[in-house]
Amino acid sequence: MLFYGTELSSRLMLGTAQYPSPEILADSVRAAQAGVVTVSLRRESVGSRAGQAFWSLIRDLGVPVLPNTAGCHTVKEAVTTAHMAREVFETDWIKLEVIGESDTLQPDMFALVEAARILSEDGFNVFPYMTEDLVGAERLLRAGCRVLMPWGAPIGSGKGLNNVFGLRALRAHFPDVPLVVDAGIGLPSHAAQAMELGYDAVLINTAVAQAGDPARMAAAFRLAVEAGLIARTADPMEQRDMAAPSTPVLGQAVLA
Amino acid sequence: MRILVNEEPREIATATLAGLLDELGYGDARVATAVDGAFVPASRRASWTLDEGARIEILAPMQGG
Repeated sequence: MLFYGTELSSRLMLGTAQYPSPEILADSVRAAQAGVVTVSLRRESVGSRAGQAFWSLIRDLGVPVLPNTAGCHTVKEAVTTAHMAREVFETDWIKLEVIGESDTLQPDMFALVEAARILSEDGFNVFPYMTEDLVGAERLLRAGCRVLMPWGAPIGSGKGLNNVFGLRALRAHFPDVPLVVDAGIGLPSHAAQAMELGYDAVLINTAVAQAGDPARMAAAFRLAVEAGLIARTADPMEQRDMAAPSTPVLGQAVLA
Repeated sequence: MRILVNEEPREIATATLAGLLDELGYGDARVATAVDGAFVPASRRASWTLDEGARIEILAPMQGG
């Protein structure tokens, strides 16, 4: 599976925010064997070199970076942030977030499509953070996106896959588009479920960073993503409503 | 000249964006700049003249999800 022409070393994308320390962040990225790490841009007080130290740490990890436009609420903010990120991180990849509602951090699909069109025309490879809306997905693809990233649940909620039906429909409608569940995953089992549904990757941040032992949780997510991916390629059985005996009935003794 | 850097008022001696970064001590730090809400690439900072009251954003790499 190629993400804008790039084969990732793993299907686990990891956010870099909210870790107890830079050392634990680095340990977690290594334990996750993350294929991508997400990063951001923020103001830095004059004299502070925190941003430079963070960038040096990320560069040393040697994992491809996916900058985000987190916190942007308008097309203009998101597009400007994407340009700034492209220069700082030296990549055309952008995780495009345009937030429409602050309690749920739900993407504004209308602004998202417009920002995606502008950025795609300007040579960006856009990873849009979206709802699982089928029509919105179609519009994003028309706007130039070649990857889609529907949410599982609101960012940081840890609720898992809120709308399995919608995510399954998205997968079925766009069998050849790389799909990533971004946001809302709280447990490795949620990540495995996304992969079993046929999703190509998952993006995790809070579930690892806020665990009691982030590096250990990162390892658990690595195994879950791998298990889900293998299970998907092994063609899972169909569900049924009634029991079907697994032990042969033929040859059973009559002991009653 | 009075300007705003990341929303903090500052009195500066220089007239260009590149001069401002030098004056503030950013040196060779990896930062991106915007003036009045528009991105200004690094290659244009030396020739970018600042006006009185300009709003400058200087952003650095940071943790993100």
